[in-house]
Amino acid sequence: MSSFKRKAAPYLMTAPAVVLFVFFILVPIGYAIWLSLHAMRVRGAGFGIRTEVFVGLENYVDALMDSAFFESLQRMLLYGVIMVPATMGLALLFALLLDAPRVGGKRASRITIFLPYAVPGVIASLLWGFIYLPAVSPVTSALKTFGLPAADFFGDVSIYFSIANIAVWGSVGFNMVVLYTTLRAIPKELYDAARLDGCAEWQIALKIKIPLLRPALVMTSVFTLIGMLQVYSEPATLRPMTNTITQDWVPLMRVYQQAFVENDIYLGAATSVLLAGATVLLSLGALGVFRVRNARSAG
Amino acid sequence: MRRRTFLTSTAAMLLLSACGGNGDDESAAPAASPIGGDENAAATLTFWAWAENIQRVVDLWNQKNPTQKVTLSGQAASDELTAKFLTAVKAGNAPDIIQAEYQTLPTLITNNALQDLTSAVADVKSAFAEGTWNLTSFGGATYAIPQDVGPMMLFYRADIFEDLGLKVPATWEEFGALAETVRKKDDKRYLTTFSPGDAGWLAGFAQQAGANWWTNQGGKWTVAIDDEATRKMLTFWGELVNAGTLLGDPMYTPQWNSQMNDGTIIAWPSAVWGSGILAGVAPSSKGKWKMAPLPQWTAGEQVTGFWGGSSTAVAASSKQKAQAAKFAKWMNTDPEALKILIEIGLYPSATAGQTSDGLSAAPEYMTSQPDYYESAAAIAQTARGFSGWGPNTNVTYGAWEDLMPTAVKDKADFAAVATKVQEASVADLKKQGYEVA
Repeated sequence: MSSFKRKAAPYLMTAPAVVLFVFFILVPIGYAIWLSLHAMRVRGAGFGIRTEVFVGLENYVDALMDSAFFESLQRMLLYGVIMVPATMGLALLFALLLDAPRVGGKRASRITIFLPYAVPGVIASLLWGFIYLPAVSPVTSALKTFGLPAADFFGDVSIYFSIANIAVWGSVGFNMVVLYTTLRAIPKELYDAARLDGCAEWQIALKIKIPLLRPALVMTSVFTLIGMLQVYSEPATLRPMTNTITQDWVPLMRVYQQAFVENDIYLGAATSVLLAGATVLLSLGALGVFRVRNARSAG
Repeated sequence: MRRRTFLTSTAAMLLLSACGGNGDDESAAPAASPIGGDENAAATLTFWAWAENIQRVVDLWNQKNPTQKVTLSGQAASDELTAKFLTAVKAGNAPDIIQAEYQTLPTLITNNALQDLTSAVADVKSAFAEGTWNLTSFGGATYAIPQDVGPMMLFYRADIFEDLGLKVPATWEEFGALAETVRKKDDKRYLTTFSPGDAGWLAGFAQQAGANWWTNQGGKWTVAIDDEATRKMLTFWGELVNAGTLLGDPMYTPQWNSQMNDGTIIAWPSAVWGSGILAGVAPSSKGKWKMAPLPQWTAGEQVTGFWGGSSTAVAASSKQKAQAAKFAKWMNTDPEALKILIEIGLYPSATAGQTSDGLSAAPEYMTSQPDYYESAAAIAQTARGFSGWGPNTNVTYGAWEDLMPTAVKDKADFAAVATKVQEASVADLKKQGYEVA
């Protein structure tokens, strides 16, 4: 009896996690895959009635042939090229600055930089939208007062910066706190030793702090990359304000359009399965690259 | 970088894609069958609607029909409501009655979500103008009762028109010339903006120009989105917008609100409910706006199109269809109910509603036009809709809203967009299995 108890205990303890995982992750994934293999087809003449039929991989073929989807991927990558380095660079810079000795107002700066993270993405996009729209923008009116040309935040190129800016504004704080916390955990003796050897503060930052930050940098980079793949609320919220953002501007907007504008939930499911697959591959790839690098530098 | 971890966010995305559902053959039959049951039997009905303050109509019904209680569930905007309703139908917990915009009816019908009401509502058909009744009839069957309509008209800033010495345009030609005059007289102002992201607005202009985007003959569909009328209308707007004579920015943005308020934009082709919108976005110019008929393509003609408007439909899955149909009829034809509809800002579809007492006083915002509703009723008589909607109207609207903004941004040929929308629409019909002529 007691041996049974001992055997059952671990299963009982993992049960809640397993149950949640099965019902809220595996089942929906399974259902999405099932949906992606079906479609509504019309029976009868005229208006007809739509019925659900099995169509095999037809939706996947459609999704892969969909030029709008690939264009949305390209736009997402362009956005990512701006957003990911800017977020990571600024987060690292702020964390290092805050960690430097003899810096005043640390607490206040930390909270100020972190605060935008507490603003939901949709609200942030609305706020920035006001700043971007020429007729109501304080930036535009300030530029005009000084006789400078008005900036176009919704231009073909500037739109990427405008949207990346919202994401960077919202996520630098979180990444900075993760990096800063890791920095605080590094033993002070290392710095003392470096200073005795004649290291300047910037040399300490480059040669000691950044290498020791590597695990935290890897983690925050992967999160930021995933954030890039999931970009939705910023462009979707700004879309009604400008002609530059189309309904299928980024992949998730394309999925939404397929599923709920065109009411083709099946094609939407196929596209999201593909996108989820790509996300998994990219994340594993990124982790793999970092791990190889780590192994090399360790060996 | 958001709070979510990788797995949960992937799951959330998949959930998003999974929250549709599967309607299999088991529910294929009921839509076509006539309504059975006693319409006076006791019932508890659920009603999904988004019109503001529509609770007041429901309250009146509940007060008069204590054994047939209607519970209102306020819902979000119409597009979302369509997706939500279809999901609820598949999940088996759909409401009995739903407020549906006219152009969403085809999607609901072909998804087998609406009850054919032809036999139950035949007795109220005469309460509506024929053009209005056609908005809810498909292939000879009626699926909903028209609730409110949005005949299009032109709103303009009477004070600024007077200051600049402008004349209200009677034809589109005059409208175009006027747009240039406005730019010459005051380069801070524009006559109006062409908002490219609103397919319903474009459809209204196309209706006025004489388009019929969909026709069905002998079970085969003919799609005529790139017909001459639509192209003529788009070319007209395209020339003005591409030349910079008109703005090409979307409506309903903070910027638009500000421009409507401060007189940057001095006219707005809209629908009868536009006065309510103006009251919201341009409160400081109360009493300065006036309304006139939409400019015409041919001088001396009187035609307009529809923008917006909704109907009341009964779910195919309802177990109390007879009572639900009774409520839908009452709400849209009973004089007392119509009076409340007017008070909450809807312009009733029923002809009786367009001449009833509630409409004698102009909306509070339109103080400069005491005969607002008289003019509106006269204009409403001249409105023409399409002869019918296509079964994939949602895809067509989606294509417009996707392609038109890009055309405006790139200063491209607007009429070419009609061709692309036509292609997308036909391809989608064929893919779904419809016969296209």
